[in-house]
Amino acid sequence: MKSIRMATLLVAICFISFLLIKNSPIDPIQAYIGADMLNVGSEQREKIAEYWGLNEPIMVQFFNWGSALLAGDMGTSMIYRQPVSEVIGERFVHSVVLMLTAWIFSGVIGFTMGVVAAMKRDTWIDRSMKWYCYMLASTPTFWMGLLVLIVFAVWLGWFPIGLGVPAGVLAKDVTTVDQLKHLILPAMTLSIVGVGNVALHTRQKLIDVLGSEYILFARARGEWGFILFWRHGLRNIVIPALTLQFAAFSELFGGAVLTEQVFSYPGLGQATVEAGLRGDVPLLLGLVLFSTMFVFGGNLIADLIYRLLDPRMREGRSR
Amino acid sequence: MMPTLTLLNKKQRALIVTILAIVFLMIVIVIGVVLDKESISTNLKHRNASPTFEHPFGTDWLGRDMFSRTFMGISLSIGVGLIGAFGSTLIATILGVISATMGKTADRIVSWLIDLFLSVPHLVTLILIAFTFGGGFKGIVIGIALTHWPSLARIIRAEVMQIRSAEFVQISRKMGKSSWWIATKHIFPHILPQILVGFMLLFPHAILHEAAVTFLGLGLSPHEPAIGIILSESMKYLSAGMWWLAFFPGLCLLFIVRTFDMLGENIRILMDINIDHK
Amino acid sequence: MPILEVENLSVSFKKYTRGFKQTKSTVITSLDVTVEAGEILAVVGASGSGKSLLAHAILGILPSNAITSGVIKYGGEELTPARQSVLSGKELALIPQSVNYLDPLMRVGSQVRTSVKKENAIAAQREVFQRYHLNAGVEKMYPFQLSGGMARRTLLATAMVSGARVIIADEPTPGLDSVVIVEALNHLKESAVNGCAVMLITHDIESALQVADRIAVFYAGTTVEISPVEHFNGNGEQLRHPYSKALWRALPQNDFIPIKGSQPRPSQLPSGCLFAPRCEMATPDCEQERPAMRNLRNGMVRCIHAT
Repeated sequence: MKSIRMATLLVAICFISFLLIKNSPIDPIQAYIGADMLNVGSEQREKIAEYWGLNEPIMVQFFNWGSALLAGDMGTSMIYRQPVSEVIGERFVHSVVLMLTAWIFSGVIGFTMGVVAAMKRDTWIDRSMKWYCYMLASTPTFWMGLLVLIVFAVWLGWFPIGLGVPAGVLAKDVTTVDQLKHLILPAMTLSIVGVGNVALHTRQKLIDVLGSEYILFARARGEWGFILFWRHGLRNIVIPALTLQFAAFSELFGGAVLTEQVFSYPGLGQATVEAGLRGDVPLLLGLVLFSTMFVFGGNLIADLIYRLLDPRMREGRSR
Repeated sequence: MMPTLTLLNKKQRALIVTILAIVFLMIVIVIGVVLDKESISTNLKHRNASPTFEHPFGTDWLGRDMFSRTFMGISLSIGVGLIGAFGSTLIATILGVISATMGKTADRIVSWLIDLFLSVPHLVTLILIAFTFGGGFKGIVIGIALTHWPSLARIIRAEVMQIRSAEFVQISRKMGKSSWWIATKHIFPHILPQILVGFMLLFPHAILHEAAVTFLGLGLSPHEPAIGIILSESMKYLSAGMWWLAFFPGLCLLFIVRTFDMLGENIRILMDINIDHK
Repeated sequence: MPILEVENLSVSFKKYTRGFKQTKSTVITSLDVTVEAGEILAVVGASGSGKSLLAHAILGILPSNAITSGVIKYGGEELTPARQSVLSGKELALIPQSVNYLDPLMRVGSQVRTSVKKENAIAAQREVFQRYHLNAGVEKMYPFQLSGGMARRTLLATAMVSGARVIIADEPTPGLDSVVIVEALNHLKESAVNGCAVMLITHDIESALQVADRIAVFYAGTTVEISPVEHFNGNGEQLRHPYSKALWRALPQNDFIPIKGSQPRPSQLPSGCLFAPRCEMATPDCEQERPAMRNLRNGMVRCIHAT
């Protein structure tokens, strides 16, 4: 049932994005040729359009694209002159490192912050944590990136200003240390802004748990403080927090688009922006689909975690 | 806690915060509107100046006053956010009411639509829609309207369903009142506060997303004094140490967004609405 | 000497109401009650009259916005918050209302073991499970897998395994079938016979009458009467307070006459006797001030007209 729904959603997303992109006033041929447009005659133009299959009726174009997609061919990127799947594959490696780092850091730090705030509820710790998280929720991700850039790259000069690898160095000469250097600032930005959601959610969840009847009973049995949290608090908030982190892949991807743009980090996000700006239709379609799969993946894992870890789901069915 | 705070209860505090927030926002909008367009004209004598009394936010590489640019940008962002959030609220209300009142099939279709919009990352959808409309004002407004409605639609759906099953509505129905009468006399007055608060809470998100898409170069045109444009242009000059080009406009955006968020939250407290809008 | 004494206990909460007003609502008003080792004292009153808060006050687990006054003594010494945190779970044990009081994500065996204060928790838990006919598989179950009776016995086990001398059972019978109720009550009786002091808090007079030695009648947040269980017979002539008499007569096996009116809300308590607005014997004197608890015929009563 769930997989059928997912399939219909995917097909619909393919179709809608295809229609949307085809209706764009941005001329893909012009975008493809760029500044040389003046030198291209209408005959040449015709040839290019034919080559990309741009003259056929829109439904035919969709079915051509769709059947190629099913065969695993996502088309060829116009700006990178490379198959879309290859572009996405390469970019994904960069993005995944960035997103995973940020995902883990923001998850762990946010969770800890939420726990501390809830345990110290209504103290100055809690209040400042809440204030900070609400401020974060209103902070533009890209501005945070710019601040990080100003402080750590411009003022302190600890890190390079942009690009995933040093400029002017051959790809094979790039060392892990270089890559790490270019990763730290974007990952830091993404971690900082990602903390708020988990922290507030965990705080609220733990406050709910602390107000529950089983915590009341545990206190009646003489448990308090850390023991109480360790025995009954943690196990009841870890699953929702994990689920939330996995279900937040959509925001993670959005954040990555912005941070990658600020730091010129060569990941999927930057490719998405490039494809949008320069009218690279096949790449943009490929990225929409890929990001959707990415979000689906996150939701699927979130679902699985509940099924595997929560005894009410796990053992409830076997009874 | 400070004694002045304990004297007031939660609602009184909410009222005060609401009034302060409204006053603050009015001031910002008024500044943005009355500012002299002259001040952002090119002035080559005062280029690249760091913040001073005369130019509190500094000037840029063309000698334009950053304070004026920022406030004009903020006003523009509030305008775009307003239209986008309004559109989104409208979509949410219509779909929410449809799914609650028009039977199982309609409900299923709306919930499928919600899933559809939640499965693509917001920002990617925004880029896609902006691309479709060739960038610019129309693209960004439509994009914002189309991406922010799902959570509010769910809330309105739940609210309408609850009222429909409430006793007084059942009685009206038994008394032979028409659906239209019930909708206007019972359902609409009940969901109106929800819609208002939902709108207020959508607003800050709409502003942030507008700025983000414009920053990426897919939103408002570079000739507009938008915050996203200011920040994206500033990137070229950051390595030269001109931090004020990015710092102040972003900080102002942050304050505005936070103020709208607080306004929404406090109006919710004042109206006694207890549904989690996240 | 009573092992647990509650003297003049009041519990109130600050609340936000509609508009901008903040009100204080008093849920327990100058309540007095005592329990002795080896006896079962039943605290009986209508649902929602704040009886559970009495248990929570004794164990020191009231919510943080509660304001209390009065004295609770354990073993003749005042039960301060510091003593409460030492004694709760060790000397004082709670048997809660429902399975919701068990951690939903922890196996019940482990939960019972956390209550054991001596060494070798596993052995103690297995022994108590055997005593209450919970088979070996139960310790590996999660609370949602327990049946009503199993849950009840598990909750009982958590209290018994701690070796406490005072057991406070908060509504141990609702929603259970009669066989399980009898079983639960017998377990309580058994621990009283073994020398524990048991406070049974319930709205179910009939079960209270079956096992209790003394009955405290709870009304609008206070005890209006404390009487030996034998006095609940006939037409209730031996009872002291008009409310207890009415309560007794309202039982199905007696006259089955419901009491007129309803309990006052905690935020709108009458200034005089709390029962006066519903009392047939009420005189203008009753509205002057709250009557104090006084001894009468081997029991206690809070009524100026009682004889």
